[in-house]
Amino acid sequence: MYSEAATYNADVAVQNTIETTSGEVYEELLDNGLRVLIQEVRTAPLASVWCWYRVGSKNEGRGLTGVSHWVEHMNFKGTTNIPRDKVKGIIEQFGGYWNGYTWIDQTTYTETATRDALDRMLFIESERMANCLYDPADCESERTVIISELQGGENDPDQLLDQELTATAFRAHPYGHPTIGWLGDLQTMTRDDLYGYYRRHYVPNNATLVIVGDVDRKDALRQVVQRFGAIAPGEAPKGVPTREPEQLGERRVTVAREGTTAYLKIGFHAPAVNDPAFFPLLVLDAALTGAKGLNIWASFRTPPPQRSARLYSALVDGGLASAVNGGLVPTQEPFLYTISVTATEGTALRVVEEATLAQLEAVRRHGITETEVRKAKNQLRARLVFEGDSISNIAHQLGYFETIASWRLVPALRERIDGVTVEQVGEAAAACFRTANRTIGWFDPQPPADEPPAPIGEGAGAGPAARERR
Amino acid sequence: MTTIEQRGLAPARSVLDNGVRVIAKHAGATPAVTLHASFEAGTIFDPASEPGVSHFVSRTIDRGTTRHTAEEIADQLENRGVSLAIAINRHALSLVCTCLVEDLDPTLMTLADVVTQPAFPDPEVETRRGEIITMIRQDEDNPAAMAGEGLFSLLYGEAHPYGRRPRGGVGVVERIPRASLQTFHADRFRPRALSLVLVGDVEPARAIESASRAFSAWKAAPPAEAVFPPAPSSRERRMRVIPMMNKAQADIAYGFTTILRADPAYYAYWLMNNILGEYSIGGRLGDSIRERQGMAYYVYSALDANVVPGPLLIRAGVNPANVDRALASIDEEVARMAADGPTEQEVAESRQYLIGSMPRRLETNVGIANFLQMVEFFGLGMDFDVRVPDLLGRVTRDEVHAAARAVLDPSKAAVVVAGPYSGRT
Repeated sequence: MYSEAATYNADVAVQNTIETTSGEVYEELLDNGLRVLIQEVRTAPLASVWCWYRVGSKNEGRGLTGVSHWVEHMNFKGTTNIPRDKVKGIIEQFGGYWNGYTWIDQTTYTETATRDALDRMLFIESERMANCLYDPADCESERTVIISELQGGENDPDQLLDQELTATAFRAHPYGHPTIGWLGDLQTMTRDDLYGYYRRHYVPNNATLVIVGDVDRKDALRQVVQRFGAIAPGEAPKGVPTREPEQLGERRVTVAREGTTAYLKIGFHAPAVNDPAFFPLLVLDAALTGAKGLNIWASFRTPPPQRSARLYSALVDGGLASAVNGGLVPTQEPFLYTISVTATEGTALRVVEEATLAQLEAVRRHGITETEVRKAKNQLRARLVFEGDSISNIAHQLGYFETIASWRLVPALRERIDGVTVEQVGEAAAACFRTANRTIGWFDPQPPADEPPAPIGEGAGAGPAARERR
Repeated sequence: MTTIEQRGLAPARSVLDNGVRVIAKHAGATPAVTLHASFEAGTIFDPASEPGVSHFVSRTIDRGTTRHTAEEIADQLENRGVSLAIAINRHALSLVCTCLVEDLDPTLMTLADVVTQPAFPDPEVETRRGEIITMIRQDEDNPAAMAGEGLFSLLYGEAHPYGRRPRGGVGVVERIPRASLQTFHADRFRPRALSLVLVGDVEPARAIESASRAFSAWKAAPPAEAVFPPAPSSRERRMRVIPMMNKAQADIAYGFTTILRADPAYYAYWLMNNILGEYSIGGRLGDSIRERQGMAYYVYSALDANVVPGPLLIRAGVNPANVDRALASIDEEVARMAADGPTEQEVAESRQYLIGSMPRRLETNVGIANFLQMVEFFGLGMDFDVRVPDLLGRVTRDEVHAAARAVLDPSKAAVVVAGPYSGRT
């Protein structure tokens, strides 16, 4: 364990250097198991820090759904060395921004501020790793904040449908429950549940620290060692043992609630990021609904180029839908490829479903064309460039991929996309779009009732678009 | 980086012979360029009888030109990975995209084609009409959207363009004829109404040359001068409840009309709003309603001083059982700020934050382009970014307090609650 910066030889990091499209990444593994990734990017006088934990809603057991996300919230509420009343402004003093998010595989925290705030950012993250307080009154007050977040999500029928679809598609694997948790669990979880979960998962050997920006890598590493070196490692949390059994037949779920607009969502079990079939499916999604890229932190800010994409042409230009979107996100274990369609006013869900399935069946049987593959790859390559537009986005990608697979995938993404062949896309479509592999969800809007309906009583938001932010 | 620190963005600005304003800034972080074209053609220019026309134009302008079909335009852009985002707000209709550097010229050509010669083909207009109606119906099922629209209507009234629904209503959109789209385009899309910002890995002189090649041939007289009716002033508290009993959470919109962006007091208002509802997690409002009382996941305030005295809006999403308590807390914070003003420390912290966050705000091409469009729209000068520290630095605590006193008064607030709530209990 490093307790003294002076005794530490940062040069070893040079052995673990790899060139990426936006520069060199330096990797170091501290004795306590903390993996550190540093990239010098000098386009602005800023530094971005991200601290990632390999814990997300898939690590939650029954009765504790939503605990990862709640823990994330609690980790903004003061530490042994950052009193509760000093939290506000701690990074804003440096013009900085801070936030965090929790999703199925990960919990992460970030600060971006002027480069002179680097030590402050590292201090915050080291405190967060080891010294959060979990004051019982704060836990109670945050319970209602999170329930408010859940209810805000439930106001969106598309998000509600996403939650129901995901829960239907997974029978065994904990990817099935929403990241925000089920309401009943949020109502009953205790402070000790939260604190125990925090202590188990927030250990250096379960974390990756990423620094990108206008920094000197040796100085930065020295500061990391100073701030984190003395934090003791813990027992590495166990992975999720459950494998989702193969789906044997089509599943359906219909949410019939008061509303104005009909939504269709089809979820297919899809390959994990390490599966060779992932990138062909990514190219297929770009051809069907436009390329979103691979940065879930950045990509939803720019709409995909989808006017000439297959499903857009068939459904939106065909007047059946006002919007169509595909969702395929890199995950550690097999998750879902989801196609979401908003029916135009007056169009029956049955008609939208038939038209969507007809398109997918054609792709399953015949694949797509060389021209479509070429265009999809062009789009994905351009997105990779666009996604590298800020230190925050660059840092996000390194930590995101290290948490679900390896950061070394980041510099290899372009090659992976380039290498996809039209045959592989055809195979991916044939495997993914089987009838038995799909779950079909409807949000079937009902006219206003005279009596208020009973509360839904469940959580909302399992999809990447709805992943929980602080 | 040294550029921003030492002498600011210092973009190049050029006015073409036809009046198009082109602003270019080199930024080399990625081999890409962001194009941001903004027309003074927002929803306030809708004919009073046809609210929603400008939004309809924003959904159809890129769906075919006199030279290219919608499919051809989509192909030109999408083969290069470009997605053209068209957005409209009350004052501007903007077209924004990012392309690789080598695609700048063809992308500019497509952009020029789209904004100068849209054909509004009938079948496209009909398809998009269906989409827009669906969007309006989605808004009508969205408490946050309903609360927001409701507040503008309460603050400004139907006679003011700010008081109308930006997308119009279903009944109006159903009967907007193609000719209205063409008329709106002919009236508002003029070279002098266009400000084009180019930010990315291209030398400014080269970028301006490319823009000139794409837009110089376009000739048209200046658009009619925009005239804005004054914002009505409030004499009493008004409250509107929009019951949406199928929803889980209630959305609150609470606000006041404020001042013009050009008002010298703007910088005091900017600081006041930051202290009230932005700083850290939602300023004083966040401290009270989220942090201390645990009532809301989101609560914040936003100031939109504009060429019209825009609103200061407070927004929150709360459990229906907490609506009354949340409103009382908002009243309390608003009244407290008006009565006592901020502390010296709060002013210093917010000032430091707003100044210190400039490099972050100006990090990406998109961030710089948005900033430069804002600067151009309000005529703040191309050196505005370097003047911000001084402009904020000169504001005293008393001026911030005066701003709060002038506008924050619970007895004159407009309040809208949309959601599973039927009124005060």
